[in-house]
Amino acid sequence: MRKPKALIFEISRPGRQGYSLPDCDVPEKPLDQLLPEPLRRSAAPELPELSETEVTRHFTELSTRNYGVDTGFYPLGSCTMKYNPKVNEETAALPGFACLHPCQPEETVQGALELLYNLEQGLKALTGMERFTLQPAAGAHGELTGLMIIQAYHRHRDDHKRNKVLIPLSAHGTNPATVSMAGYEVVQVPCDERGLVDLDALKTVADDTIAALMLTNPSTLGLFEEEIVEMAEAVHEAGGLLYYDGANMNAIMGYTRPGDMGFDVVHLNIHKTFSTPHGGGGPGSGPVGVTGRLVPYLPVPLVDRQGDKYYFNYDSSRSIGKVHAFYGNFGVVVKAYTYLRMLGGDGLKQASEDAVLNANYLMNRLKKTYHLPYDRTCKHEFVLSARPEKKKGAGAGDIAKALLDRGFHPPTVYFPLIIEEALMVEPTETESKETLDAFVWAMEEIARDIDEDAEKVARGPYHTVVGRLDEVRAARSPVLSWQNKPAKK
Amino acid sequence: MTYKVIDGLRYTKKHEWVRQEGGVAVVGLCDYAQDKLGEIVFVELPAVGAAVEAGKSVAVVESVKAVADLYSPLSGTVTEINEVLFDQPEIINRDPYGEGWVYKVGIADEAELDHLMDKAAYEEFIIKEEEE
Repeated sequence: MRKPKALIFEISRPGRQGYSLPDCDVPEKPLDQLLPEPLRRSAAPELPELSETEVTRHFTELSTRNYGVDTGFYPLGSCTMKYNPKVNEETAALPGFACLHPCQPEETVQGALELLYNLEQGLKALTGMERFTLQPAAGAHGELTGLMIIQAYHRHRDDHKRNKVLIPLSAHGTNPATVSMAGYEVVQVPCDERGLVDLDALKTVADDTIAALMLTNPSTLGLFEEEIVEMAEAVHEAGGLLYYDGANMNAIMGYTRPGDMGFDVVHLNIHKTFSTPHGGGGPGSGPVGVTGRLVPYLPVPLVDRQGDKYYFNYDSSRSIGKVHAFYGNFGVVVKAYTYLRMLGGDGLKQASEDAVLNANYLMNRLKKTYHLPYDRTCKHEFVLSARPEKKKGAGAGDIAKALLDRGFHPPTVYFPLIIEEALMVEPTETESKETLDAFVWAMEEIARDIDEDAEKVARGPYHTVVGRLDEVRAARSPVLSWQNKPAKK
Repeated sequence: MTYKVIDGLRYTKKHEWVRQEGGVAVVGLCDYAQDKLGEIVFVELPAVGAAVEAGKSVAVVESVKAVADLYSPLSGTVTEINEVLFDQPEIINRDPYGEGWVYKVGIADEAELDHLMDKAAYEEFIIKEEEE
């Protein structure tokens, strides 16, 4: 096991330098002539002082401790950690895209506008929506944008009594937060014994105070909401709109479309479904699509075409305004377009098919060892419950740590809340049978270890750079500065 | 019974307890709830004087595993909150029915108490929930 490395501040030595700059060929001016006193620092910043060799070694060493989809299997449920094709990086780095300035005149960025326009056409075809904004920077941002559009729609119709949004118990975690941010009240809809939304319960709460229903389909349990058409009818009859959380779009591409299910607003997670980097490697992108009656409320500008010229269209009196500087995370959008064109319609359909196939293969192998609360054909992910293991002394969190010891990124744990000791597994389409089998063996081995000595498993991991971290202390009194100063209350 | 349930308190299906002290009700989280949540790291409490409604979310409890709403068992006005929880939320884990109380509410309608479970009914309820 390798020991935790010293911080870069700790290997710093006064006076050590990693650079030498030439003399400045512009006449220098003293700082006090450039900046008024209140804007100047009174002391130099505490920056580390190191040679170039030290800096290179430090960060190269750290980079070897990174775990990503490029290093191994990453079945983090609901996150769709699929492989990010390297060609995406090449196209996004093309100088014609990478060196643009967002304030350049339209006639000098026709290629970039064409790409935005074409990507929108692709997303429309995949979802059955009328138009898309590419501005939102991630899924949750897309959700908020979508709810603001819904709010603007109701307000424009002078329908002011709608102050609630319906969310099923199996919803994606960010949905209730979005509802609160948008100023609505959350009304929870229960699930039935199949793990699907309880249609009768939905009908009883869908009244004229409902602004919308937010739904992920398939749900976070990886199950397809079979009664979606009836649900859509019930919500529409009550005057509400349907919001599609695209977190699980990877399960249905080319097979069905949110528009055909009756949804009015859709967000897509480019960093999930369309293979762009995720999390710290992002940024993300969360385009929002809407049906015809909601187009006037979309953020501006949209990219339109007149003859063979593309232009930014700001012409919308009912728009909710801008939700991101300029036109969204353009580089990410270039990667998504690359992915879309590399795979094409048939390829995207195949991607969804393989994602579902991989998930069902894993589920059927793992359910022999672990408890599967909702035992039915899943879509792109499934949720196990480690409740029996927990009773033996090692729960979902301990199984996650044991997976780290075996070189795997663990699945999502303790979510969705609807399943106790949840382990939410999403293999994605880009994994081979050999990788899936290796994961099954690791999970089977962990189950045997728990039978033999659950306490030992609950103390792991043993082979990682650091052992079991004190998560409680980290949450209660986080140390957020390198000097180990505790956070101010 | 692996979970502690106390005689004389009233209980909700969302695992809150209520202890009547004259015209005021003390509300907290049941042993079952604190055990399921795991180590609690943060609480968000209502403001003193805030009006609360039975069945509506009134406080937030965050553990290493999850964030959960605490639903008010009764309607009324918050008269006191347990400010110690801001610095030591873990006392809910240690002493859920005592020092770990969450807030007090002035009882507006005593009949609401009758809708809540007593010790026997609540014990039966959590046994059922465990079996599911």
